[in-house]
Amino acid sequence: MKEFALIFRLNDTSDFKPSPEQMQERMNWLGSIAAQNKLADKGNTLLPIPGSAKTVRPDNVVTDGPYTEIKEFISGYIIIRVENIEEAVELAKSNPIFKIGGNIEVREILKRD
Amino acid sequence: MQQNAISPEVILPHLFRQEYAKITAVLCRYFGLQHIEIAEDIASDTFLRASENWAVNGVPINPTAWLYTVAKNKAKDYFKHLAIFETQVKKELPTETIQDGQAFEFDIKIIADSQLEMIFAVCNPTNSTEAQICLALQILCGFSVEEIANAFLTKTETIKKRLQRARNNLRNENFQIGDLGAMDIQQRLDIVLKTLYLLFNEGYFSKTNNQLIRKELCSEAVRLTLILVENQLTNTPQTNALLALMCFQSSRLEARINDNGEAILFEQQDKRLWDQTLIEKGNYYLVNACDGQEISKYHLEAGIAYWHTTLTTENKWPHILQLYNQLILMEYSPVTALNRTFAFARVYGNEKAIHEAEQLKLTENSYYHELLGHLYSDIDFEAAINHYQKAIELTKSKTERQTLTKEIERIKQKQIG
Repeated sequence: MKEFALIFRLNDTSDFKPSPEQMQERMNWLGSIAAQNKLADKGNTLLPIPGSAKTVRPDNVVTDGPYTEIKEFISGYIIIRVENIEEAVELAKSNPIFKIGGNIEVREILKRD
Repeated sequence: MQQNAISPEVILPHLFRQEYAKITAVLCRYFGLQHIEIAEDIASDTFLRASENWAVNGVPINPTAWLYTVAKNKAKDYFKHLAIFETQVKKELPTETIQDGQAFEFDIKIIADSQLEMIFAVCNPTNSTEAQICLALQILCGFSVEEIANAFLTKTETIKKRLQRARNNLRNENFQIGDLGAMDIQQRLDIVLKTLYLLFNEGYFSKTNNQLIRKELCSEAVRLTLILVENQLTNTPQTNALLALMCFQSSRLEARINDNGEAILFEQQDKRLWDQTLIEKGNYYLVNACDGQEISKYHLEAGIAYWHTTLTTENKWPHILQLYNQLILMEYSPVTALNRTFAFARVYGNEKAIHEAEQLKLTENSYYHELLGHLYSDIDFEAAINHYQKAIELTKSKTERQTLTKEIERIKQKQIG
């Protein structure tokens, strides 16, 4: 078994606050993975809002928000435990994030220890 | 002596269940857990005396007080003998507290405190959870070895050995009953709650068809949890949530088994048999459980059980599904995964749920096949029958097999029709 991080990205901070229906869809997706006993860590949400997000750059330059050159920002992550990256990708495909123009990066975890 | 109209044969078994454990717990406070056998012997002797005496003289007006007085005197006698033995033979006196017969008081507070301490002593992680439940049934609930074996559908010999090992472990642990600090209690409470939760489930989802034993297991678990709620140190939101869960579940005990001991599916239960008093108690403890930020799995399970007691159908299953989503995120278990999928079917329909269910891949689990049989029953008769047959092969329960066989018959009828 391998562990993969699924990193969620959104385009627009206004999509960050989900409607009750969207919330329900997300929870169903997460619950479905947990029900297959493939959830290693339910992860966290990363707040992109003012006062909760800053980026520190060289020479003590600090900017507001997570925004780099592109508009995309990371909204959260979870860690799943599956056989291989193909299976991880399959699980990611059913996430409702694509309906609102988001995407998911799948990355194998190499444990530091 | 004034007499009670009730006959000893009727009242004694009832009293035994209630009072044996209390007497043992109070005495054990003074003897120490290492000498629990002495406390148990005195408690047993007390009941022996009662059965002999009451058969001749009738049941006293206040039988409980009678029992406490006899137990107290027997304990004093024991120490008198022990004192002689100790001074003459060992030239050494037992500790001061136990020399003093006054110590054996049976007032409400001492009984409650002693029982609380005994609960914590028994729910000791040094023993497996199975052994803890056996010990709890024997020491805290006054069950006989035969009754425990019956409840677990296990040989008495196995239970005897399990209890013996568990008792030895407790002795070696040298757990000091009677001086539990607030810190110890906080640390141990999780384990205590888990044992009581499992004790309740043992009754609620029992392997035995004996409805009486099931009810007693459940009501004993409720009684012990109530002791925790009544003590300030253990009256936490979690404890209240667990008690709420037990009340909600217990409210349906009468309705979920028919006269032949067969399980009745939730939808087919006669809702008039649901115990409204218990539902109201459940609501009361659930409100208390929400006093704080913490959400435990008992909160979520009590929430699910709450929705099952409501008569409204509107939004019920979406709420239940969301609670199952949270529960499965907190802790994976095959049962939760399957129940979640059942709720999913209720919200999104059987067809979508089949996909969801098949992903679980619990192919060695009889309930997995039962669920799939149910989901397929209006969509694909052949698949439904296959899954039900697989479930019959896997289940250990006789009544389960009967229920499943009936389902197959029902589908075959539909196939023809």
